[in-house]
Amino acid sequence: MADALLRVAELTKRFGGVIASEGVALDVADGELHAIIGPNGAGKTTLIGQLTGEIAPDSGRIYFAGQDITALPTHQRSAIGMARSFQITSLFLDMTVLDNVALAVQAHAGHSFRFWTPARSERALRAPAQAALARVGAADRGNVVVADLSHGEHRQIEIAMALATRPRLLLLDEPMAGMGPEESARLVNLLRELKKEYTILLIEHDMEAVFALADRISVLVYGRVIATGTPAAIRVNPEVIQAYLGEQQAVTGHG
Amino acid sequence: MMPALSLRNIVVALLLLMLLLVPVYALVVGNNFVLSLFTRIVILAIAATSLNLIMGYGGMVSFGHAAYLGIGGYMVGILAYEGILSGFVQWPLALLVSALIAFVIGLLSLRTRGVYFIMITLAFGQMIYYVGVSLNRYGADDGLTIYRRSNFAGLLNLSNKTVFYYFCLLLLLATIYLTWRLVNSRFGMAIRGARSNDRRMHAIGFPTFRYRLTCFVIAGTICGLAGVLLANHTDFISPAVMHWTRSGDLIVMVVLGGMGSLFGPLIGTVAFLALEEVLSGITEYWQIIFGPMLLAIVLFARGGIDGLLAGIRRG
Repeated sequence: MADALLRVAELTKRFGGVIASEGVALDVADGELHAIIGPNGAGKTTLIGQLTGEIAPDSGRIYFAGQDITALPTHQRSAIGMARSFQITSLFLDMTVLDNVALAVQAHAGHSFRFWTPARSERALRAPAQAALARVGAADRGNVVVADLSHGEHRQIEIAMALATRPRLLLLDEPMAGMGPEESARLVNLLRELKKEYTILLIEHDMEAVFALADRISVLVYGRVIATGTPAAIRVNPEVIQAYLGEQQAVTGHG
Repeated sequence: MMPALSLRNIVVALLLLMLLLVPVYALVVGNNFVLSLFTRIVILAIAATSLNLIMGYGGMVSFGHAAYLGIGGYMVGILAYEGILSGFVQWPLALLVSALIAFVIGLLSLRTRGVYFIMITLAFGQMIYYVGVSLNRYGADDGLTIYRRSNFAGLLNLSNKTVFYYFCLLLLLATIYLTWRLVNSRFGMAIRGARSNDRRMHAIGFPTFRYRLTCFVIAGTICGLAGVLLANHTDFISPAVMHWTRSGDLIVMVVLGGMGSLFGPLIGTVAFLALEEVLSGITEYWQIIFGPMLLAIVLFARGGIDGLLAGIRRG
């Protein structure tokens, strides 16, 4: 596909005898929301680790905006416009919410060999951070220390930090993990908004959310992509139904 | 920014006032020992403050930080021994060598984390200690007497004990001020972020290694300065100042006073040396009393003495 923003070709990763990714091929078109679903142990986490550069694949290639990024370190992938949120909340717990998001802004505002001016008084860092917070509906939480926030709010800040890096592609790793139904519904609305502006690769367990949001869905089972297609096509795909036997109800029942 | 009139700020203000008045007290009472003790406190507080920069703010627990005390000290001692007495040569060279060695140690050790980082810095510290022991020309493990203090061509007479004390105090305050600017700058935020969650820092686009290495070099250089002062203070340098137990003492000073607090290391150094002085007057085995006290601080006051004074506070 010519206008794929992210393209993954024949990605393979083994851990000893366990094959976590086996010839994974995937493309995320510019502007689409592409979801990856799969049962536990399907290799979703390993896949996102390879996309972000934390795990080196054994073979295969990853292209971002036409550039081969397979060997690019994590921080440089962020620099060229890939942002991720973490499945297990990964924030700077001892800092305030605004400090957290401002750090994400700072990472993309030139080098940080600036030793003298107080960073907390730099409008160039604080204003975009505040805007990102407003975007996820947490504008009034800026001065709270992150450790004091609820789980649902942590998930919001995760996304705000990703947005603050002004990405072209958002990699969202189970953003709804551990959320109650109300919080999930709010997040679905937020993602629906974000989808208008960003290309999103969404890894998610919540089938209802996935089928409501995704333009296309890829199904990962035992490290392989067994199907890619529109939600309607995936819902009736016999291989997918079989792979999800136990969760069949979840796949077919909602949306 | 108006500093609040909290218990902690009052204690810090009183402490600074006390430090300012030490020479006056020494003069009035005619007690030179107090001046000498406090000169030592002020110098070691510079070293502890530099350790706090990497340990408290950067999360890099270096168990070899005393090495820079020795490096700074030996540069003064060796140059003096070889007939180079000018402080304008001695001091910049001492700082440069400290920085270079910190750069090499940091380059190799900052690739590791946690216990491994502690062990590798300990190993480097001991290596440098044994280099000191093997310097046969410069007294080996007996050390080297420094007959002439650094000479600043009449601008500054370091042999005058009062002048020397105030000069050290000035450098301590400058170090604390520098630390304050550093930790609140963009650089400081990057360092703190790397301590808090290095993985996230990479994910949002920070190549943290270069910032942590820079921080490590800055801390080593400042500690080298403390070594320069220490050698001038004692007119003597020996490998003993670089022994790993000295590095341990520096860690204790920082933890005792309060990690990641601006004045914590100063408070910790005063407490450490004052307790050592008082307790060793009571018994030869003063550590038997000091140990449990330290344990209590670590167990019940996570933020050290500074944390106790400030009450429950967030880092």
